[in-house]
Amino acid sequence: MFKPRTFTPTPPARPLFSRADIWLLLVLICLLSLAIVAAESAPATVQGPDIDLSLSALPFYALRSVGRMALAYALSLLFTLVYGYIAAYNARAERIMIPLLDVLQSVPLLSFLPVVLLSLSAVLPEAVAVELTAVVLIFTSQVWNMTFALYQSLTTIPRELREASSIFLFTRWQRFTTLEFPSGALALVWNSMMSWAGGWFFLMAAEIFTLGERDFRLMGLGAFLQTAADRGDLAAIGWGLLALVVVIVTLDQLVWRPLLAWASQFRLEMTGHDDESSPSWFYDLMRQSVLSRWLHNLAGVLDHVMSRILGRHPAPDPYLSKTTRPSTLSWVLTILSVIVVGWGIWLGIELLLRVPLAQWREIILSVGATMLRVVTAMILALLWTVPVGVYIGTRPKAAAILQPIVQIAASIPATALFPVLVLALLTVPGGLNLAAVALMMLGTQWYILFNVIAGAAAIPQDLRFTSELLQLHGWERWRTLILPGLFPYLITGLITASGGAWNASIVAEYVVFNQQTYQTFGICAQIATATATGDFAGLLASTLAMIVVVVAINRLLWRRLYQLAETKYRME
Amino acid sequence: MQRGHNKPLVELMGVTQRYGRGARQFTAIQDVNLTIVEGEFVALLGPSGCGKSTLLRIITGLNHPSEGLVRYRGRALTGVNPYATIVFQTFALFPWLTVEENVAVALKARSVDEAQAYQRAIELIDLVGLDGFEQAYPRELSGGMRQKVGIARALAVDPELLCLDEPFSALDVLSAEALRGELLELWTGGSLKIRAVLMVSHNIEEAVFMADRIVVMDKNPGRIVAEVPVTLPHPRDRKSEAFAALVARVYAVLAGQTQPEAIEYGTEPGQSGQTRLLPAVSVTALAGLLEQANATDDERDPIAKLQDELGLDLDQLLPLIEAAELLGFARVESGNLILTPLGEAFAEASIQTRKEIFASRLRRLPFFRWMLRMIAAADNQSLRWEVLLTALEPEFPSDVAERQLDIALEWGRYAELFAYDDAEGRFFLETPTVTAK
Repeated sequence: MFKPRTFTPTPPARPLFSRADIWLLLVLICLLSLAIVAAESAPATVQGPDIDLSLSALPFYALRSVGRMALAYALSLLFTLVYGYIAAYNARAERIMIPLLDVLQSVPLLSFLPVVLLSLSAVLPEAVAVELTAVVLIFTSQVWNMTFALYQSLTTIPRELREASSIFLFTRWQRFTTLEFPSGALALVWNSMMSWAGGWFFLMAAEIFTLGERDFRLMGLGAFLQTAADRGDLAAIGWGLLALVVVIVTLDQLVWRPLLAWASQFRLEMTGHDDESSPSWFYDLMRQSVLSRWLHNLAGVLDHVMSRILGRHPAPDPYLSKTTRPSTLSWVLTILSVIVVGWGIWLGIELLLRVPLAQWREIILSVGATMLRVVTAMILALLWTVPVGVYIGTRPKAAAILQPIVQIAASIPATALFPVLVLALLTVPGGLNLAAVALMMLGTQWYILFNVIAGAAAIPQDLRFTSELLQLHGWERWRTLILPGLFPYLITGLITASGGAWNASIVAEYVVFNQQTYQTFGICAQIATATATGDFAGLLASTLAMIVVVVAINRLLWRRLYQLAETKYRME
Repeated sequence: MQRGHNKPLVELMGVTQRYGRGARQFTAIQDVNLTIVEGEFVALLGPSGCGKSTLLRIITGLNHPSEGLVRYRGRALTGVNPYATIVFQTFALFPWLTVEENVAVALKARSVDEAQAYQRAIELIDLVGLDGFEQAYPRELSGGMRQKVGIARALAVDPELLCLDEPFSALDVLSAEALRGELLELWTGGSLKIRAVLMVSHNIEEAVFMADRIVVMDKNPGRIVAEVPVTLPHPRDRKSEAFAALVARVYAVLAGQTQPEAIEYGTEPGQSGQTRLLPAVSVTALAGLLEQANATDDERDPIAKLQDELGLDLDQLLPLIEAAELLGFARVESGNLILTPLGEAFAEASIQTRKEIFASRLRRLPFFRWMLRMIAAADNQSLRWEVLLTALEPEFPSDVAERQLDIALEWGRYAELFAYDDAEGRFFLETPTVTAK
């Protein structure tokens, strides 16, 4: 189920823009250009699957959807382990890898959907390409915060624990099982849960994607819902949504909650008790069953085998002996990547030069239009979430009743609801515009709401009493107590929300409904049209424009506000 | 234990540790020579930042010195010393392992088989007096009990050299005292294989109470300044005159003697010669020290007694004394703090008078003379934080410069020498004079 991403102070305050950012933008341009050049040979028409709206087909579709999620998650986990380890232990790699993560986290990756789909279907059989695209997209939505979590856990292991592991001559395997794995487990499970929840949004978007003559839909719950909306079949919509909620809640209760309960034994804090933190009925049940004994024995065997394989010699701690000495390998890699990036950028510039001036103007205006929609959606979301969140956050009783309801509502990926929104709003004038804003709100308001609740609950009791004593009421109370207290939380919520809103626009601005294409003026509609009509220069130009604008907003606005929140509005 | 003629266990020769490169280079330890012989309990004592913990890590092989040689039993040390072990200040227990597992894990790393490791772990837990807590997690234990686990784990590997890194400083007073006694009992009992103990400490009494030899270090750069042998027999009586005399002697070494003003003050930043570092103390704490010293009838206050009365760490007290000397409020003579008439006046003055006295003293310090001149010379007599920081950077490493500016900010604000606008990050002269065009 959905879990809030709430404000936590981060220690390193990086500069707003660094040289790495420029470098990474260049790399992105390169990757995009290479993909687009490949995409030029994509098939002109793609036959989509037939979606069966009967109830008996639902379990099969649900399984397909979950399968994609699971595959993407496995990929994310693998990537996280490799990337996280290298970044934590290799100082040279760290200097490139961590800023890279930072940029990738803030880019609206769903805008890559058309490019990735086209370029993959150019080189792979259609069915494979479409499946792979879905998996890759979900992967890109899941992986960054997981990797960051692992990197942070590895680099923030208390130095004395590392020294203890060294002075007691731990082997490499022992260091992993006794020190590194336990240190990272909780953060990794927690972030996996959030990634999984966010992955549904991308999955649904990937499953219902259609571009002109190319029908990239995939058999799954998303396509089921979309087809149902297409045909106006309200019963099927209901069943589809129910199936989705059941799948999400079941996985939460049977997989994520137990995992979290298990991982909470690996807390670094030396205070508090074990049992209170993350209850899970299923975990308690499992602990009493024979299954847990099997798992325990299995872990014992694994431990034995691995310590044999990895040897019995003490290994020096890679973190304590971290150096920045350049190796020949890193030089070779640097030179190679410079060559590849140079080539890609050359291709990209060639493409960009083909874009006429009028189209550039169009692109810039459409970025503005999409931004306007994002801003509108966020203001609307703020208008209801702030009062409601403060109400819930300051009343523990209300929170006990409302929090679970809000969490279930939040767990439905907004993209699953989008076809329904379109069905309802398409006949209204400016309907798609409304639907787009509504989708953005649906997808993002929860981030803000959860943060407001957490922020309101975190306002210290004595400050509340003081403001009572000073007889602060109404606006005065909001201005001096509540809003400053909420500020850091609001900013965190808004950062996540704006990222989500930009992602939502790729689904919202260009819709194929009942074999009819509807679009509204915006940058993602530009991206989609360019893809549909085979205007590859335009595709590159508009995707790039969107990335540059979003990264710039992130750096110039959000990061500054976040720094302000950290320095001025921290409650300690 | 018999001491004196034993073979050397650890030898350090010309050990120097530097961090960073080029202009940002910083010397943590400079040219340290030290020998620890078998049967000896050595205490490393010094203010924070003198590199005593770094030295301990070099001796155990966790760190490699930039220069110099470390020998263990006559052989050069490469990598972690398998015969040494550390009891850590913060215990360094694995929170997810039980007491028993925390001890056994050290044995398993040495290829002791599982059953034997647990057997030995239980014996050691018993030895330190924690039987009954084998299955408890560290977070369920008090600080003193956690440190007992740390000691049991260290003993598990049968070390020859037991290193203690401020082992009692994270504990409450009573637990610390109890644990000191228990540890001494284990050591003097002689039933262990331990050949020598090295303890890092910043508590003088603790060092005199436990060690056979006290190695005193000082900072900037970290180096050994004195060695004080302790020949009192165990168990030592803290109330005895000989004990008090030794404590006073070590205090005298650490606090030094007040120098003539020109040496105490140093030079302005940017001029040739050493710029005196402002000690990191708050004005409130300094006032507290002066009031305490003024409260006694005696003119001379033994620093050891002051420390007791104020309940401060040595790391907190020494900078306060340094500040009192620097500002001319007190003098230090052979372990005693003597208030000057000015210091007495300050201790007795009202809030406003205190500010005036403080301001008049600050204006004499080269650092503040320089700062005030810089601000006065700037446009509108206001200067950005970064400008001053940049000006200081040739003098100090950047983190030190920042710290110095922080201290100067607090002192100067208190004395109303200048004002500071936090939002803009700007210093202003307190009374801005409007310059007519």
